[in-house]
Amino acid sequence: MEAKVVSFTVNGRGHVVALAPNLTLLRALRDLGYTDIKNGCEKGDCGACAVLLDGKAVNSCLVLAWQAEGAQIVTDAGLGTMDVPHPIQEAFADSGAVQCGYCTPGMIISAKALLDRNLDPTDEEICEAMAGNLCRCTGYTQVVEAVHMAAQKMQEASDDTRR
Amino acid sequence: MTHAVKPLPPVELPPLRQIGKPLRRVDAMGKAVGQTVFAGDYTMPNMLHGKVFRSSEPSARIKRLDATKARELPGVVCILTAADLPDAKLTTDMPGQTGQKRRAGTDAPVLASDRVRYVGEPIALVAAETLDIAERALELIDIEYEMLAGVFDPLEAMRPGAPVVHEPDNIVAHWKIRKGDIEAGFARADRIVQNTFRSQFVDHAYLEPESGVAWVDDQSVINIRVSTQVVEHFRSIARAVGVPHNRIRVRGTMAGGRFGGKEDITVEIYLALLAKHTGRPVRLVYTREESIQAHSKRHPVIITHRTGVKEDGRITAAEIEAVADAGAYPYLSTYVALYIAVQGCGPYRVDNVSVDSKAVATNNPFTSAMRGFGAPQACLVYEQHMDEIAKALGMDPFELRRANYIRTGESISTGQVIESAAWLEETATRALAALGEKTPDRGPVKVGQGFASYLKSYGRIMWFHDTSHAWVGVEQDGTVVVRCGVPDLGGGNVNSLCQIAAEVLGVPLQEVTVHSTDSAVTPLAGTTTATRQLYMSGNAVFQAATAVRDVLLDRACKYFEEPPEALDLSESKVFVKNDPSQSLPLSDLVKMCASEGLQLSNLALFAAPFTDPLDPESGQGRIFPDFTFGAHAAEVAVDTETGEITLLKSVACHDVGRAINPASVVGQIVGGSAMGIGQALMEDIRVERGIIRAPSLSEYLIPTSKDLPMTKTIILESGTGLGPFGAKGIGEPALTPAAPAVANAVADAIGARIYDLPLTPEKVLAAVDRVDGES
Repeated sequence: MEAKVVSFTVNGRGHVVALAPNLTLLRALRDLGYTDIKNGCEKGDCGACAVLLDGKAVNSCLVLAWQAEGAQIVTDAGLGTMDVPHPIQEAFADSGAVQCGYCTPGMIISAKALLDRNLDPTDEEICEAMAGNLCRCTGYTQVVEAVHMAAQKMQEASDDTRR
Repeated sequence: MTHAVKPLPPVELPPLRQIGKPLRRVDAMGKAVGQTVFAGDYTMPNMLHGKVFRSSEPSARIKRLDATKARELPGVVCILTAADLPDAKLTTDMPGQTGQKRRAGTDAPVLASDRVRYVGEPIALVAAETLDIAERALELIDIEYEMLAGVFDPLEAMRPGAPVVHEPDNIVAHWKIRKGDIEAGFARADRIVQNTFRSQFVDHAYLEPESGVAWVDDQSVINIRVSTQVVEHFRSIARAVGVPHNRIRVRGTMAGGRFGGKEDITVEIYLALLAKHTGRPVRLVYTREESIQAHSKRHPVIITHRTGVKEDGRITAAEIEAVADAGAYPYLSTYVALYIAVQGCGPYRVDNVSVDSKAVATNNPFTSAMRGFGAPQACLVYEQHMDEIAKALGMDPFELRRANYIRTGESISTGQVIESAAWLEETATRALAALGEKTPDRGPVKVGQGFASYLKSYGRIMWFHDTSHAWVGVEQDGTVVVRCGVPDLGGGNVNSLCQIAAEVLGVPLQEVTVHSTDSAVTPLAGTTTATRQLYMSGNAVFQAATAVRDVLLDRACKYFEEPPEALDLSESKVFVKNDPSQSLPLSDLVKMCASEGLQLSNLALFAAPFTDPLDPESGQGRIFPDFTFGAHAAEVAVDTETGEITLLKSVACHDVGRAINPASVVGQIVGGSAMGIGQALMEDIRVERGIIRAPSLSEYLIPTSKDLPMTKTIILESGTGLGPFGAKGIGEPALTPAAPAVANAVADAIGARIYDLPLTPEKVLAAVDRVDGES
């Protein structure tokens, strides 16, 4: 099959690109320069390549790029920057949840997907939500602490806007 | 049984401003927002894609290798075989220092020429315009093998008549320790306890597969951006590629985890060869499956302990025989076998010792460094064996250990005297106290508790004559720059260096930047291995920063007309200690120094103490700079009907000397524990006749967030380490006692010992049946 023109939005930036039918979203996005999406296994085992696809966390290695036609994609780098980090990113940096950092972007995407639907998760709910993200450095304890810390920050922020 | 928590002796730690604070690591935010660029993320203009063609056979002669069809494939630019690089060896000297020793003729070739010794051995390299083309080219390489007999079990490999992997025989290393009079020791014993334990192949399973990109620059220097633990490999790469040392530049990147798996050369030589032969940039990134096939594994071991004890628990004699499977090429097996020998008796006082530790070649995947470097396998055995001795004596496991714990001023089996604090009772009692009362059994679900104590060296073997360099300078605005070749594996090495420089020069941490891991422009700091970087490079940065501080304070003395001891640096200011209103911004002081031509930077060399090698016959002598001590305790629930093990509680207590950044220390301890727990409960690369049966992360299982309880961490600070501010190393020590603690808890739960790891449900059920059969 020939390449097809696909259009999608990544971190608010529109792309119209000709892509081969067998290309995964992971490879397509990394080729476009979104290297914060990490390739750890290309089989859906590790979660390092997680992105938000129309608000839902997916392993981008298990999605064909063609399937992203018309989609809004958000990667970790789309959530915040060094100067204006997202509360989850800040919590990961401050709680020791970041060691080598290779699993971190995928972890933060999973945490974002969790906190979008539950701003007061228990330890068990966090562990369940992060179970698809392998980490070899942290043993997860500080990751769980980071998600709690982020939840609290995000709750405070949403309380502030309500006032 | 509860044990009184041993009080700590009084320790006076000097008050510090930056050290000992859980500050946000300098590398943390870049990683959190996806700004950090890893080795496989780089692209270069006109870049080619590399692939490696590997052996499918564990032991064979290459009868014919024909790459004609692959070369003809449009888009293939270069194919290299052994014929293109005569005699190139993949040497894995721990580089840059003296005292290395491997048996001659056992180095792996860069590419196999006529003989392959393991599945996955590299045979040819491909560079092509696209990754797809490179992958297709691999399929077009024609190869014909003549199968040879292989040997897959190290005990079999030692028998006469076994297939020989490397002439003249398969025993590639043999270390001996002889101390005291072993026969007299056994004669004095009331009881002799003997056990044999086995462990499995373990994979590092870092999330980032091996990766890099290389190009040739306008000085003919081959630049290699790579994820490595050792930038000093540039010398070995130069030798293999056939260029002078100064024509290779290794630019290490932040690592996506390494744990010893990127201590040996991985993609560097292939990248350099392909870049040199094509004149174009080349990228090479392993897939997960190739990563598991291509890098080393943790040594499986078979270790027998025979121990003589008095009825009161005192050890009178220890005889240890250890065999480690070195796989097809020794790599660092020689030294792993040495670590197993030296740390084989554990943290116990033993006057009569006989240790034989061997590394044996087989046609299995090669084994080399992995976090702990043999010490975890040794601990796994001595700590399970201690519990078995306690059982034989009807003694409490802690009381048995307490009767034998080594103390400061006493010597280990090599005769080396422990000079720092040996807080064994202090750490074990705290770990056990935090574990608390045992959760009650529930029907067939039996609960058990266990713990393990350990000692683990930090810093390299002393006869290697280890050194590290670091450069520290102050800019004219008062900000600080650190240059140091240390590769950061993710553990926070470069942050620690920044915190040390910030402390000494009195600036906030965010005022410090660090440049690291470049063999051409950052001062060489040695390998990030052997839990040595905080000790070695931490001291080098401390020295360099102190030299700069001396220049600054010397000039400030004249300004304030005060002696240097009356002045201090803090918050980017120099001030008079007993009248802080008399102060000067650091930037003003720096400009003052600069205008007078004073040197505002310093390049320091820290050299570890140096000794002669151990005596080859007796193994006596000093071998390591120092040791870290600690304990891990665990509680497990074992379902005796299904064999399933659930870890309920996990507590780690270590004396880290001084915690430079407590959040990083906790990270090392919890992460290290997780890796040890993984080895105890689930990890197994499963090698059958040389073939890896768990070649992916869905088959090779590592702990997920659902497999682990929140590990509780207790950090003690004796202040007696050899690192800056009294720090000891914690990277490898953190992992060392975790697996035996879990294994002891399982044995406690089911009342039976499982002698080989991992503790799978099948083995648990077999052990439960055995107990039921006995009763």
